[in-house]
Amino acid sequence: MAKATESTKPKSQKTQRLHVSDMSCAGCVETVEKTLKSVSGVNDARVNFAERTATVTGDVSPDTLVDAVGNAGYTASVMDGDIAESEKENMELGHYKALLKKTVVSGVIGLIIFLVSMLNLLPPLEALSGQVSWGVVSILTLFVLTYGGGRFFTGAWKSFKNHNANMDTLIAIGTGVAWVYSTFIVIFPYSVSEIARHMYFETAAIIIAFINLGSALEMRARGKTSQAIKRLIGLQPKTARVVRGGSEVDIPIEEVEFGDIVRVRPGEKIPVDGELTEGSSHVDESMLTGEPMPVEKKTGDEVAGGTINKSGSFLFRATRIGKDTALAQIIDMVRKAQNTKPAIGRLADRVSGIFVPTVLITAVVTMLIWFNFGPAPRITYMLVTTMAVLIIACPCALGLATPISVMVGVGKAAEYGVLIRRGDALQQAGQLTTIVLDKTGTITEGKPELTALDAEGITEEELLGISAGVEANSEHPLAEAVVEAARKRGIELKTVESFGAVSGHGVRAVYGGSEVLMGNRKFMLDNKIDIETAVSKSEELSESGQTVIFVALGGSLAGVLGISDPVKADSREAIKRLQADGIRVIMLTGDNRVTAGAVAKQVGVDDFIAEVLPEDKAQEVSKLQRKGEKVGMVGDGINDAPALAGADVGFAIGTGTDVAIESADITLMRGSLHGVADAVGISKATLRNIKENLIGAFGYNTLAIPVAAGILFPFIGILLNPVIAGAAMALSSVTVVTNANRLRWFKP
Amino acid sequence: MSILINILGLALTAFIVWWFWIYKSGAAAHAEGDAVSIVVDSGVYEPSVIHAPAGEPLTLRFIRKDSSPCAEKVIFNDLDISADLPVGEPYDLSFTPEKPGEYEFTCQMAMYRGKLIVEPE
Repeated sequence: MAKATESTKPKSQKTQRLHVSDMSCAGCVETVEKTLKSVSGVNDARVNFAERTATVTGDVSPDTLVDAVGNAGYTASVMDGDIAESEKENMELGHYKALLKKTVVSGVIGLIIFLVSMLNLLPPLEALSGQVSWGVVSILTLFVLTYGGGRFFTGAWKSFKNHNANMDTLIAIGTGVAWVYSTFIVIFPYSVSEIARHMYFETAAIIIAFINLGSALEMRARGKTSQAIKRLIGLQPKTARVVRGGSEVDIPIEEVEFGDIVRVRPGEKIPVDGELTEGSSHVDESMLTGEPMPVEKKTGDEVAGGTINKSGSFLFRATRIGKDTALAQIIDMVRKAQNTKPAIGRLADRVSGIFVPTVLITAVVTMLIWFNFGPAPRITYMLVTTMAVLIIACPCALGLATPISVMVGVGKAAEYGVLIRRGDALQQAGQLTTIVLDKTGTITEGKPELTALDAEGITEEELLGISAGVEANSEHPLAEAVVEAARKRGIELKTVESFGAVSGHGVRAVYGGSEVLMGNRKFMLDNKIDIETAVSKSEELSESGQTVIFVALGGSLAGVLGISDPVKADSREAIKRLQADGIRVIMLTGDNRVTAGAVAKQVGVDDFIAEVLPEDKAQEVSKLQRKGEKVGMVGDGINDAPALAGADVGFAIGTGTDVAIESADITLMRGSLHGVADAVGISKATLRNIKENLIGAFGYNTLAIPVAAGILFPFIGILLNPVIAGAAMALSSVTVVTNANRLRWFKP
Repeated sequence: MSILINILGLALTAFIVWWFWIYKSGAAAHAEGDAVSIVVDSGVYEPSVIHAPAGEPLTLRFIRKDSSPCAEKVIFNDLDISADLPVGEPYDLSFTPEKPGEYEFTCQMAMYRGKLIVEPE
């Protein structure tokens, strides 16, 4: 698999946009362009006079460009992402209005032609005046085809030259044939029998009107599908209050620099990511994590840009700015994921690839069948059916069915603090049969505390001092609990030598010439330590859900430590939700069976696997997969990386400020397991929505094309009017987009 | 007359099959060093076939001229790469295709179609 570079724009080819406000003449364009091109590092510069913008590619800082333009006598400013987004919206609005205008113009002309021909207002073709009048109608229709439908013809021609065929091809041929045949009749009225002397000018014009209307409606509906992204972008504040030179000044967000000290007052949005240096507060992070309760923040805690400060005023140091903030990364991730497709969409892609030529062949076959076997007037029937086949077939509905639902689904998930990286993960999360939960940090808080201390032969202070001294060398979360406990009690950490960890078992060190061993029961037995006197105590601790650490000093037992990691308040409820979805929930832990069993019982998992070494977690996942289970693995993304990568879907529990979790398919922005249940729920709903869309689109085409070809005619004498075919085609993609939009109201 | 129409119809069918399915376009671009420019307009990518060596960084510069929403995304499904293309300004998509093979790239609706052919080094 290829890996895209971190930024899709390479440094040497960075594209930047500037707004140049005071260009008043076309001559200014040249001056500004020349100025920009002369800046070292610029590869290319192009100025758009109408938009008053300059697009510059090259490896150069925006400030240099702004300065250069300034020196040339103009005022330039850098256009940021927000402006680009609103520009995009303006462009879309302009496009939408243009489509509506084309709809109205084509529709009105089409309707006039329709009335004129229905009410026989024009002289018959057999008279010269009739030919002239119908000639005017032909020219009017040609105007509609070029003004309202010109893009279909240019698109069709370009596609044709590229050996490609698309929706434009079908519309251009359908309406083009109608116009050419009708105009031919106007010029040579006697070339076909009187009964077949029917013209299709109004048909061509109204079809163009309908298709433009369909595109406009589809565009409107599509705009709504990207609302999640728009909301995320809208979270970014515009200014920041930065401490500069001893006083606080409001500056634009783009000018905040790494290391700046930023002031945030109650009710304000936090501008960038950083670390609290002074003050404390409660911060509403719900927009990032989906977690509704404000989170307490004190000195040293991390805060994320875009979240809202609820109560106190505080200062923080900016640690991530611009594109590095968690919010910017989330926006980028969601955007990328919205553009991917789950496997279910591949079939539609394959069909789309051969769809249009297949329809063209169907149209030719339809034409031949009617020509050879149709009743009189053969030419009329042949033309109506061929046109209807070309116009009613809709590759758009087929092509849109999957991506439009993925777009809404991924956006919906982001609202709940669930970041889905790939379309495939979105599909598979709804099909999981088993979910494996890592215990520490996933089911539990991941902040263990020393809750029991039982010394043997030495004092409790000595036991804790030595233990903390040993564990100070370890990065294990349990070790942290021991060190923290010693600090809290004001016990001095003893200095130890030659520290070494035995993965999954314990640690070994030397204190005052004697060997210190700290670890589980197996570690003690392997090292021939007699733990008989502490067995009942350790069992008692295990049964209450505590992790037991035996400590041996100089070859004999010195005591037992009990460490508890409290279960998250909502773990049990979230596990129940998963079980209600028909998923088997298994807990995976390195703890001994008794401790694991106690926690498993407390949270109500279906099963648990205990005494698993960190490196064996992936094996446990593949064991389940071999049994035919679709396995989701939930972990904290660090020591669980292989298991996360090996599972069908890896869920990494992140925090609002740490989204760069590469090994997982889905990242949960808040610590709660409800995120997993939300992801499963959203995935199921999205998959259902995709299926509805695909069934709708496939069904529409497989039913509509034969009907248009006239399959019902021999039985009930019905033919499809090409105008109705045009309307149906225009509405088919609107239906797909509207159905996808229903997902926006889904609540997991 | 009737035979002629039938022959024309069959010839047209054969032409469609040949033109859209069998014929292999020779209009391909080869990536060497600089970015390969691809114009996105009126339902097509031009050029629509790009040859690039495996294992070497590749930059595809998409220049989108078509303002319709169909053209706004480019997706390399099998490479897990995608991007939103702005109208009227070049967008550089850089990545390193590791494995030789043929990778299709399409718009969101798979109407715009192109192919990246990654050749062994």
